[in-house]
Amino acid sequence: MKEINELNLPTDVRYSDDHEWAKVTGDTIKVGISDYAQDQLGDIVFVELPEVGDSFETGDEFGTLESVKAVSELYIPVGGEIVAVNNELEDAPELVNQDPYKGWIIEVKPNEINDFESLLDRDAYLEILKGD
Amino acid sequence: MFDTIGVKDFDELFETVPESCRYDKKMDLPEPKTEWSLNTYMSEIRSMMEVTPDHTVLIGAGRYQHHIPATIPNIMGRSEFLTAYTPYQPEMAQGTLQGLFEYQTLTARLLGVDVANASMYDGASGLAEALLMGLRIGRKKKRVAVSTAIHPHFREVVSTYFLPTDFEVVELPFLDDGSTDLSSLADEDDLAAVALQSPNFFGVVEDMDAAVTAIHNIGALCVACFSEPMSFGLFKSPGSCGADIVCGEGQSFGMPISFGGPGLGMFGCREKFVRSMPGRLVGETKDLDGKRGFVLTLSTREQHIRREKATSNICSNQGICTLTASMYMASLGGTGLRKMARLNYDKTEYLKKGLLEAGAKGCFSAQTFNEFVVEFSNDFSLVQKKLMEKGIVAGLNLGRFYPGFENRYLFCVTETVPKEVLDIVISEVKK
Repeated sequence: MKEINELNLPTDVRYSDDHEWAKVTGDTIKVGISDYAQDQLGDIVFVELPEVGDSFETGDEFGTLESVKAVSELYIPVGGEIVAVNNELEDAPELVNQDPYKGWIIEVKPNEINDFESLLDRDAYLEILKGD
Repeated sequence: MFDTIGVKDFDELFETVPESCRYDKKMDLPEPKTEWSLNTYMSEIRSMMEVTPDHTVLIGAGRYQHHIPATIPNIMGRSEFLTAYTPYQPEMAQGTLQGLFEYQTLTARLLGVDVANASMYDGASGLAEALLMGLRIGRKKKRVAVSTAIHPHFREVVSTYFLPTDFEVVELPFLDDGSTDLSSLADEDDLAAVALQSPNFFGVVEDMDAAVTAIHNIGALCVACFSEPMSFGLFKSPGSCGADIVCGEGQSFGMPISFGGPGLGMFGCREKFVRSMPGRLVGETKDLDGKRGFVLTLSTREQHIRREKATSNICSNQGICTLTASMYMASLGGTGLRKMARLNYDKTEYLKKGLLEAGAKGCFSAQTFNEFVVEFSNDFSLVQKKLMEKGIVAGLNLGRFYPGFENRYLFCVTETVPKEVLDIVISEVKK
């Protein structure tokens, strides 16, 4: 397990307190899980993805991650319509472990971009992790 | 004992259960009996029933009187196998786990599916679980369809399972030839799964290839259910016809009829649906020294890990029945099963032909296996009484399951029925 100062927490994404990250790319938002989350879960063996076209409210569960240790629900940090899912994860779920920021999970067209603005930045997220 | 554990009376033990959930009336039960008077009581009940071996039973309808090879009670008598519980500790339970793994392998081959689980409670609960699984895979869909030619008890269990849910179960009628009428499917677009039984309750072998095509055409999953797995010795397995989920009752494989239970829910599916599958699954692996071993696998689907998100609240399986079935299948082998199925088929056809010649009217024109329905113009219950005196229990009246079928009877013949018995039945009908 990584120490907090070993975690890769880039500054160009925002974080949720459920340990998802979100990043604006044009008028959509990509979502994945943080380095902390993948490290806690251990080897990820399965990712259950939503379908393109599904809609979720902020905080809704949109899928599950299964690791050798546990199953975790995924919560959407910014509500909206799914415009793409990372199908590569179906055959290669370990991509999330290898690089959680390249191993994105879904791409959302947000209902309310303000929901993104209210997510945590790196420092605020780090504070939460220190408190954990 | 109450004094020792510091409890006032029996009711105090249940105080944590909310009062509204408790049964407040007095239980309507007879006074306790001594062990010897209980034995006498049981013998009295036993003598009131017309069961094997004193009687030859020509009724199937979900329970089948097949021969149980001597190897089965012998092997199942080993105390190591006598656990109803699924083993959590692989280091303690390699024998049981390997037995379950062999069962899964044999079952997957028999049913023609990629993967089979370590069993469900019985065929009926297996069907209910299969439909719920179809709804999980169908995600937003809320409806499933079941053929009315599926065993009525199976359908009742499905209704019970679905009662507290907001899912809808649609019933499909059957045609004059006894097979399921799928013509209404063309207008459906939101069914998650459609379930058929083959051979169905009337013994009719459904055209599974055509059914699978019709069901897949409307974007639904095909759930193929069965009550007589012996039929797969002669007919194409549901999986090889393209069924997505296959489930049914495995009592035929080495288990006695035993007043209706316990049964064995055989259950399998295509590999891509394995994570939505309910029940235990045993996998093959290697230990630290590279030696072959067996463990429970994909447990993350299950209740002890996923709690309320589990695929099913089944957290166990039919351990003893599962091992029994695997030993039965291994004892017969593929060739043996084919021969056994043929024997069943031929004997049934003999009785069917005989009854038709004796004046009974055939009801369904489709191909049947082990069971068939005929109609009598006169009161068959009188013939039934006469046969009963001769130790033969013949025909199940279908009126109680299907209105309008009061003169129709379901017959079943297995390999254990001697030809002489069939001849007696035929000659009594002729009179």
